[in-house]
Amino acid sequence: MGEIKLMKGNEAIAEAAIRSGADAYFGYPITPQSEVIEYLMMERPENRTGMVVLQAESEIAAINMVYGAAGAGKKVLTSSSSPGVSLKQEGISYIAGSELPCVIVNVVRGGPGLGTIQPSQADYFQSTKGGGHGDYRLLVLAPASVQEMADFVNEAFDLAFKYRNPVMILSDGVIGQMMEKVVMPEQKERLSDDEVIKRYGDWATVGKSKSRERNIITSLELDPYKQEAHNHKLQAKYKKMEENEVRYEAINCEDADYIIVAYGSSARIAQKTMTLARAKGIKVGIFRLITLFPFPKNEINALADKVKGFLAVEMSAGQMIEDVRLAVNGKVPAEHFGRYGGVIHSPEEVLEALEQKIIGG
Amino acid sequence: MDIKEIIKPENLVYKKTKLMTDAPLSYCPGCGHGTAHRITMEVVEEMGIWEDTIGVAPVGCSVLAYDFMNIDMTQAAHGRAPAVATGIKRVWPNKYVFTYQGDGDLAAIGGNETLHACNRGENIVIIFINNGIYGMTGGQMAPTTLPGMKSSTSPYGRDIATMGHPLKMTELVAQLPGTYFVTRQSVHTPGAVRKAKKAIRKAFEIQKENKGLAFIEIVSNCNSGWKMEPVEANNWMVENMFPYFPIGDIKVNGELVK
Repeated sequence: MGEIKLMKGNEAIAEAAIRSGADAYFGYPITPQSEVIEYLMMERPENRTGMVVLQAESEIAAINMVYGAAGAGKKVLTSSSSPGVSLKQEGISYIAGSELPCVIVNVVRGGPGLGTIQPSQADYFQSTKGGGHGDYRLLVLAPASVQEMADFVNEAFDLAFKYRNPVMILSDGVIGQMMEKVVMPEQKERLSDDEVIKRYGDWATVGKSKSRERNIITSLELDPYKQEAHNHKLQAKYKKMEENEVRYEAINCEDADYIIVAYGSSARIAQKTMTLARAKGIKVGIFRLITLFPFPKNEINALADKVKGFLAVEMSAGQMIEDVRLAVNGKVPAEHFGRYGGVIHSPEEVLEALEQKIIGG
Repeated sequence: MDIKEIIKPENLVYKKTKLMTDAPLSYCPGCGHGTAHRITMEVVEEMGIWEDTIGVAPVGCSVLAYDFMNIDMTQAAHGRAPAVATGIKRVWPNKYVFTYQGDGDLAAIGGNETLHACNRGENIVIIFINNGIYGMTGGQMAPTTLPGMKSSTSPYGRDIATMGHPLKMTELVAQLPGTYFVTRQSVHTPGAVRKAKKAIRKAFEIQKENKGLAFIEIVSNCNSGWKMEPVEANNWMVENMFPYFPIGDIKVNGELVK
């Protein structure tokens, strides 16, 4: 068993990044995720593993540093919170278009605009539907505990390199700031330069050897037919993710009459709601999304044959509910409940919404 | 001497560097970009470092630089080349990394990335082509467009009262402690080309020694954007651009040239 620590979610991400064998972190401070870069700077990962940590001049610069380093075959990540992630969108679009692996952490806060520094889940659309310009998708993992903040770093990097695609860890201010017990993964070795060249030298800008044509990292294609073909390739990749990478946790869904669909801290709150409901004789189950894209639409659609209704619980004005409704496809009622703008719903509020909108509705 | 005599290998006085591809240049006839590309690649070839050199192309006329330079290259978003180059250099500190950017890219939208890469003293080379205009998008005003100069977005001439002053980015970055060598060159005559090439060579040598950022501005022309014949454009550049953007070294060995 790995080392047990008591840490904030943000610190867990940072420690897990060092242990993942990452080559570099590029970031810019923003509440509520500044502990990520603070922890990294304090830990001196350049001495522990040789990992580079650089505080960039902006989120824009940070994501472009990620773009450069990822294009050069290295294992790199960045983190930010909502307004900062908006600034990163151009770079994320380039990274997706150029098919580069990297990990982006968003510890979501309330918006729009500068919004609030309190927790939110209102960046669901931005994360799962593209975010920047053009037809692209991120693979999105939603941790619901400090443990998952740590575990998903390795998982995100594995998926990023498997698909050569940016992977987002979509957290929120609750998970980022709260402290929990966490079992840290073992330290992985960073790849040597020779190993990077061996593994990724067929596409990455690691220096053109005599034995191959030059490698070019670009998302530009002036011929629209070639650009369309490139888009087809991207879409095929996203389809493969949908077929192979759906992750979720079904809690007490076997006998449930009603399902709460939630992710991240809303899924944690919903567990208490489930306990309260079952004490009243209402059979509630929780369908916790772990991947937001790919969305477990087939699984929710199948559940819709067995239950009386769904409540999508999220700290937003109703974003994930759109995907839930598409999956349920009108078979049974599917409604939204959530506090937002930095306010966190209570388990009692969720139960009340379930009773009013679904059971009584 | 007949043609057979002339093409004998012993009479060869010049050949294209192998680091320029055979792709036809997308630049207008008379444009300085082709020469700037060539001398950059000649330096990389002459130093024998092409297997360890990674270039970063900008957005602008030279967006397709990677089609012409036969080395590994990354195409950066508009203005972000210094950040992209920083990312590459930090994870491959033993490689040679350079950016190749125009004035709109480097001095306008990428001003922040440029200043901060220079201020951090990233061990990279920045090659900055300043022709006072946005070429690729069709001749709009650049941060370096001269006072009174006409462009498609300053059709009555750049009015400094409302449009601001031409930005001397090179003088600006020379003030930052992270820059080690800052110079302004041109490529409009054979002599100027030789000097510019020498400056680029020096810049890559500085990178080899990890001394800090080397910044080379090349004042160039845009005959299409300026709506002039190539020779006329070069003459106009000498008469109008050079007084505002004087040619010569601005900072050498980390010290400002007095």
